[in-house]
Amino acid sequence: MSTVVKKGAPEHRMPLHHFLNATYTVKSWFLTMDHKRVGLLYLFSIGFFFLIGGTFASLIRLELATPEADLMEADQYNVAFSMHGIVMIFFFLIPSIPAVFGNFIMPLMIGAKDVAFPKLNLTSWYLFIFGGSFGVLTTLLGGVDTGWTFYTPFSSTYSNTNVLLAGMAAFIAGFSSILTGLNFMVTIHKMRAPGITWFKMPLFVWGMYATSLIMVLGTPVIAITLGLMMVERGFGIGIFDPALGGDPVLFQHLFWFYSHPAVYIMILPGMGVISEVIAAFSRKRIFGYDFIAMSSVSIAVLGFFVWGHHLFVSGQSIYAGMVFSFITMLVAVPSAVKVFSWMATMHKGSVSYDAPMLYALGFIGLFSVGGLTGVFLAIMGLDIHMHDTYFVVAHFHYVMVGGAVTAFMAAIHFWWPKMTGRMYPEGWSRFAAFLIFAGFNLTFFPQFIVGYLGMPRRYHVYPEEWQLLNVMSSAGATILAAAFIVPLIYMIWSLKNGKIAGPNPWRATGLEWILSSPPPEHNFPSTPIVREEPYDYGEVIDNPVHKEEDEKV
Amino acid sequence: MKNQFQLHPEIASTVALDVDLLYFFVVAISVFFMALICVLIFVFAMKYRRKTEDQQAESQSHGNLLLEIVWSAIPLVLMLIMFVWGVYLFFKVYQIPNGAMEYYVVGKQWMWHIQHPTGQREINEMHVPINTPVKLTMASEDVIHSFYVPAFRVKNDVIPGRYTSLTFEATKPGEYHLFCAEYCGTEHSLMIGSVYAMEQEDYQNWLGGGLVDESPEEAGARLFSQLNCITCHSDQAGARGPSLNGKFGTEEVLKSGERILIDEAYIRESIVNPRIRLVAGYPAIMPTYQGQITETNIFNLISYIKSLPSTEGAQ
Repeated sequence: MSTVVKKGAPEHRMPLHHFLNATYTVKSWFLTMDHKRVGLLYLFSIGFFFLIGGTFASLIRLELATPEADLMEADQYNVAFSMHGIVMIFFFLIPSIPAVFGNFIMPLMIGAKDVAFPKLNLTSWYLFIFGGSFGVLTTLLGGVDTGWTFYTPFSSTYSNTNVLLAGMAAFIAGFSSILTGLNFMVTIHKMRAPGITWFKMPLFVWGMYATSLIMVLGTPVIAITLGLMMVERGFGIGIFDPALGGDPVLFQHLFWFYSHPAVYIMILPGMGVISEVIAAFSRKRIFGYDFIAMSSVSIAVLGFFVWGHHLFVSGQSIYAGMVFSFITMLVAVPSAVKVFSWMATMHKGSVSYDAPMLYALGFIGLFSVGGLTGVFLAIMGLDIHMHDTYFVVAHFHYVMVGGAVTAFMAAIHFWWPKMTGRMYPEGWSRFAAFLIFAGFNLTFFPQFIVGYLGMPRRYHVYPEEWQLLNVMSSAGATILAAAFIVPLIYMIWSLKNGKIAGPNPWRATGLEWILSSPPPEHNFPSTPIVREEPYDYGEVIDNPVHKEEDEKV
Repeated sequence: MKNQFQLHPEIASTVALDVDLLYFFVVAISVFFMALICVLIFVFAMKYRRKTEDQQAESQSHGNLLLEIVWSAIPLVLMLIMFVWGVYLFFKVYQIPNGAMEYYVVGKQWMWHIQHPTGQREINEMHVPINTPVKLTMASEDVIHSFYVPAFRVKNDVIPGRYTSLTFEATKPGEYHLFCAEYCGTEHSLMIGSVYAMEQEDYQNWLGGGLVDESPEEAGARLFSQLNCITCHSDQAGARGPSLNGKFGTEEVLKSGERILIDEAYIRESIVNPRIRLVAGYPAIMPTYQGQITETNIFNLISYIKSLPSTEGAQ
């Protein structure tokens, strides 16, 4: 379907000047003030961390193919799952869509020349890299074995691994998140082009706004929490260790006060992407715009009051548990609203099945499974049995991989032509989307079953009656790992050999599609004035060739 | 029981079936919604497939307030049902019946110490009679652990510095997995064991076979004099500490004027952190025993204090 060039229309050519060929020096990249280049810097960095995190994931699944310990020692296994979690969450999922597409696309969508604070934006990236190097150093020095949750007093007193380094890694990366959130909020408040009122913003921008809210309000709490944990470990000052007069469960409260909303940092941007993709590939106005926009904000706000659902069996008061259980279940309502609205958007649309849409449809299914299984865990009476089992592992992978990563794949396939000016091969991209979907389900669906049977998380060896389900899971992981290599190859291939995309290969609405692909260095030659509603698919949108002045050589 | 492919864990306690019923209810709802979503996606995918390059959508409808309210309300109502049911079940699982057999459990890296009401001790194995409510009072020597028996559908964290409790009633004889469900370091996945649920008669036989050098009360009595608790905590007039005779389960007035129920948790706190809640009328002279006494010995002391008869009437 990428043959959207109308028959008889002139062949597309690359624009003469764009942000990629404006300058070629190394300095121009590492000291760039261009939000688009910062977005690409993030893309390379998180891609690197995804590979590290993915390697640890592969090790975990290889080890669990048999019930005995054969590939790794217990300590090595504990390092593998801890590093997998830390790297994937703090260095891939949290920055992923906001830092890459929030940076690259969001200012274009609102007709801005850049984000509000370009220097701060670059600073965020440097902080991310600084934190990331602590993460890499932790890995090189043997890793950490506390799990990504750093529960005390194990982390603060008992672990013999590099807890301080790993804590610092997450601590520093947090500041990058705070600054990015701040930057986006100011950008969205102050830099929207004339005519883009709050309720005319693309839904991706709403997603970014809700995400930024959590980043700014939540991240300081995790920084303080990890700081306290490190103070206890480093100086023996009693905060969480009962032997020093502290309270170990206090850590869990503080930790989840950030880390549950952090799940929404991962999923809200994804939901924003899906809203864009579904509308574009159905050529139809998004259904229930106001409801979708408000559901993002309500998920962000409600998300701050659900942390206690991680503590139903940690000796938390039953009455506190009831409040947390109730609010958690309320989150299901705005989530369901989004799913229904996306499906209603397809209804009577003109639906095509390019890779971004395949990922978006995959997202709807996988996220729904992730959301519904979250309800199981929010139900107090069920959580007693399911807490800390593989059911939880399967649930959050459905949300984070099935949801956030699938949305990331949708986003990169949707905006790749905009970012690089070239199309990736159509057949391969669809093949990879199917492969990822199949591999993912084979990996994680059996874990729901083995979890309800009672297999606890973070087990290096397990009773042999659960081997079959674990082998299925490991087989799926093999497919999944291979499937992620395919896009990597064709994306790189497309940089040189891909068909030239033209400004608007999907013939989508939105300001980013007016610009040349790749966009000019300073985005819009003059501030655009917007009169239409968002997703105004009422008339045929064309994929024009780049403007004349660019073509004159 | 083992080596065989299962889709569902064994039902071996009084609450297991209740948990499963709610589970299947939520599974049914989830399957219904997933089926609805998948069918609609496939139908829309076929029916509204773009056939020509320029094809526009049939309609640009972008909202229907009634529809949106309905599909917000349906999940809300379902959530409310599940919430109430879940809370009811939670109370049921954690309700501690009167007259339950009291076991003490200590978790430490990486094993479970179990002590029977009659003093038998086990490591990573726990024998319980069926059709008898059992209450576990649990403590940790080091990090957080979690006591989990899937076949009974019960789990609770075992937290250093405080007591947590768990209760269950086995219904079916057999050997069941006991797991540590909270990650606790290197051998977390080896902090496992078995719970043996036995017919009452078999349990009595098993008890008879186990050697008990001293009952928890006896061990507690020995500690009580070894640690010189007896010097202050006596019935003598002018004793420097409150008498403990017959005090368990009663209320005491604190220095702050507050009243407190003397239970396991309060006794434990008074041993490791005696100055937090002082009984009115006594000076703050008791030293802390934090780090000098194991959790097992605290349990023994508690058993001893529980066994002390009231002496008030005698004087």
